[in-house]
Amino acid sequence: MSVNGSHNAKPKDRTDQRAEVALGALASAVLLLIGFMIVFVFSKAWPSFAHNGLAWFGPGGNVDEQLANIFNSPANPSNYVYTMHAWPLLYATALITGAAVLLSTAISMLSAMFIVEFAPEAMRRVMQPVIRLLAAVPSVVYGLIGILVLVPFVGNHVISGAEKDSVRYVIQLDGSSVLVGVLVLTVMITPIMVAITTDALRSVPRSWTEGAAALGVNRWRALRTVGLRAARPAIVAAVVLATARALGEAIMLSMVSGSVGFAPNPLDGTTFIFEPARTLAATIVDNAEGLSVKPFGQTVYAFAAVLLISSFFLSFAGWAARQSMRKYTLQAR
Amino acid sequence: MSTHAHVPAPAAPPAPAPPRLAHHRGEESWSRGDKIGVALAWAAGILLCVLAAAIVLYMLFRGIQYLSVSLLATHPLPSLDQTKSGGFLDPIEGTVILTILGTAIAAPIGVGIAVWLSEYARPSWLARAVESGVEIVAGTPSIVLAIFGLLVFQQSVFGFLSFTAEGNAVFGRSFFTAGAMMALIALPLIVGSTREALHSIPSHVREASYALGKDRISTIRRVLLPASRRGIGTGVTLGMGRIVGDTAIVVILLGASQQIQPENGTPVWGLLKGTGSTLTTYVYNNSPAGEGGAPQKAYAAAFVLLVIVIFLNFAVDLIARRKEPTWTR
Repeated sequence: MSVNGSHNAKPKDRTDQRAEVALGALASAVLLLIGFMIVFVFSKAWPSFAHNGLAWFGPGGNVDEQLANIFNSPANPSNYVYTMHAWPLLYATALITGAAVLLSTAISMLSAMFIVEFAPEAMRRVMQPVIRLLAAVPSVVYGLIGILVLVPFVGNHVISGAEKDSVRYVIQLDGSSVLVGVLVLTVMITPIMVAITTDALRSVPRSWTEGAAALGVNRWRALRTVGLRAARPAIVAAVVLATARALGEAIMLSMVSGSVGFAPNPLDGTTFIFEPARTLAATIVDNAEGLSVKPFGQTVYAFAAVLLISSFFLSFAGWAARQSMRKYTLQAR
Repeated sequence: MSTHAHVPAPAAPPAPAPPRLAHHRGEESWSRGDKIGVALAWAAGILLCVLAAAIVLYMLFRGIQYLSVSLLATHPLPSLDQTKSGGFLDPIEGTVILTILGTAIAAPIGVGIAVWLSEYARPSWLARAVESGVEIVAGTPSIVLAIFGLLVFQQSVFGFLSFTAEGNAVFGRSFFTAGAMMALIALPLIVGSTREALHSIPSHVREASYALGKDRISTIRRVLLPASRRGIGTGVTLGMGRIVGDTAIVVILLGASQQIQPENGTPVWGLLKGTGSTLTTYVYNNSPAGEGGAPQKAYAAAFVLLVIVIFLNFAVDLIARRKEPTWTR
C-alpha cells in the first residue's frame, strides 16, 4: 500500500528525508533491543551453563535442593556452587504447555466452527464478547480462582485417599497439580486461538465451501475438510501464539501447579496428573527474591535464557510454517 | 447430488451476519461421526459461554461480599492482623500510574514504528526484520522481559531512574523501570492496530495530498494519522488492558513494598523513581501463594481489577464504533 518515491512531489525535501531516517532508526531500535536482550541474558546466564555443561538439561537430584545449595553458596567467588540439573523444570514446562495447547486446540477448532457455522444468531452474538472477556481476564485473577476454588476442590474431592497414600513417600498431594495448571492454562489460551481461527474461517472464500456443499457433503464435512484446511496457516499462527503465551505464563502457574520442582511420573498411572510440577517461568517468579545472590541470580537467568530461546524458536517456527503454506492456501492475516 | 443448486447468496449480503451454507434437510448424508462432531462443536461453544459466565458471576459474588469503601480508600499497612492491614488505595494508584507511564512511552514509539513500516519500509530487508522483531517482542514472556529489565536498569548508567544504595549499587526497581518494560508488552498491540488502520487508507488519498504539494511527512501528520485515530485508539486501549493485567513485571520491577514509597525530593520525579505495588501484585501477595493470607482482600482487589479490565474492553468497543472517514475507492 505504501506509495513509492516516484510519487514524491519534492525530491529534494530535507525534512522528509530526516523524518524517514528518524522513523527508520526508531524501528530498528526494536532489533537492537532484541540483540541486547540476547547478549545481556546469556552473558549473565553463562556461568550456570558453563559449570554444568549438557548435564544442566539432564535429570539428577532434587532441583529445589540444588537451588537452595546455590543460594547458600559461600561468599568467595571461587567456591560458588552452580550444580543444577534442570530436567524436572524443563519437563514440567513441556508437559503443562503441551497438554494445555493440545486441549485448547481441540476446543478452539470446535468452537470456531460452532461460531462460524452452527451457532444460532443469538448465541453467536454472545460468543464474541465472551471470547474477548476470557482473553482479557488477568492471569492473576485466573490464578486466584485456581488457588482458592479449584485447588482445594481437587485436593479434597477428586484425589482419593488411596492415591495420596500411593505416592506418600515421594510427594504430598494437596490439589496443586498438573491437572489444575493445565485446565486453567487451557482456559487462558483458548480465546486467542478461537479469535484467530474464527477470523480465518470467515475469510475462506464462500465459493470453496459452497463447492463442497454442492458436491453433496454436509455442512460439518464442508467446513472441516475445506474450511479448516484452507485456514491452516492461520491455525498454525494461532497455535504458535497460544504456545508462546502458555510457555511464558508464570504467575498463574506458580499459584496453582504447586511450587515444587518435581517431575510427575507417568508410571504412577492416573495419580500422575494430580502431582505437582513447576514450570521454568513459575520458577523464575518464585525465586525472584534471590536474584541479588550472584550464583543464584545467574542460575535464574539461565532459566530465562532457555525461555527466551524457546520463544524465539516458536516465533521462527510460526513464520516458517506460514511461509511454506502461503503458496497454496489463504494467507494468515 | 441436488440438481437445483441451493439459493445463491444475495449480491450484497447484510454485513453483520455472513451467509452460511444452505441447509439441505434430508438430502445430505450425516454419518454418526459427523453428528458427534457437530455435537462436540455445540458443547465447546456452550462450555466457553458457561465458563465466562461462571467467572464473572463468581467474582461479582465475591466482590459484593468483600468489597467495601474503606478498602478502596485506605492505605495498605504492614500488619499480620487482617483487620489492621488496611486497604488497597496504593495498589490502585500504582496501577493507574504504571498504566499511564507505560502507555505514554509505548504510544509514540509504536505509532512511529507502524508509520515507518507502512509508509516507508525501505530497505525492505530491514522492514521485514523489524516486522519479525515486533513479533518476537510480542512472543517474549513478560517474566523474561522483567528480569532482562532488571539487568539493564541495574547498570549504573540508569542510576537516575531508581533508588541508589550506598556504594552506588543501583536498585533497578521503580515505576520508571517497570513502566519501560510495560511499554514493551503494549508496543506490539499498538504497532499492529496502527498499521492496520494505515493500511486501510487507500493510496489515492496519499496521492491527492502529494498533488497538493505536501511532502510525505506532512501527509502522514496531517492526513494519515488523523484518519487512523481510531486504530491508534484501539491499540492503545488494548495495550492498557495488557499493562493493567500484567503481574510478572510488577513483581520483579516495582519492588516488594505494598505502599507507594516515593524518593524524597522532587514530587513527580521522586514518585516515579520510587517503588510501589499494583492491584495484580496485591492480589498475588494476599493470595495463599504470597505471604499474606488474606483471601477476602485478594478477592476484593481482583474484583476491582476485573471491573477495570471489562471497562477497558468496553472502551475498545466504543472506539471501534466511532465514525471514521469513509473513502471512496
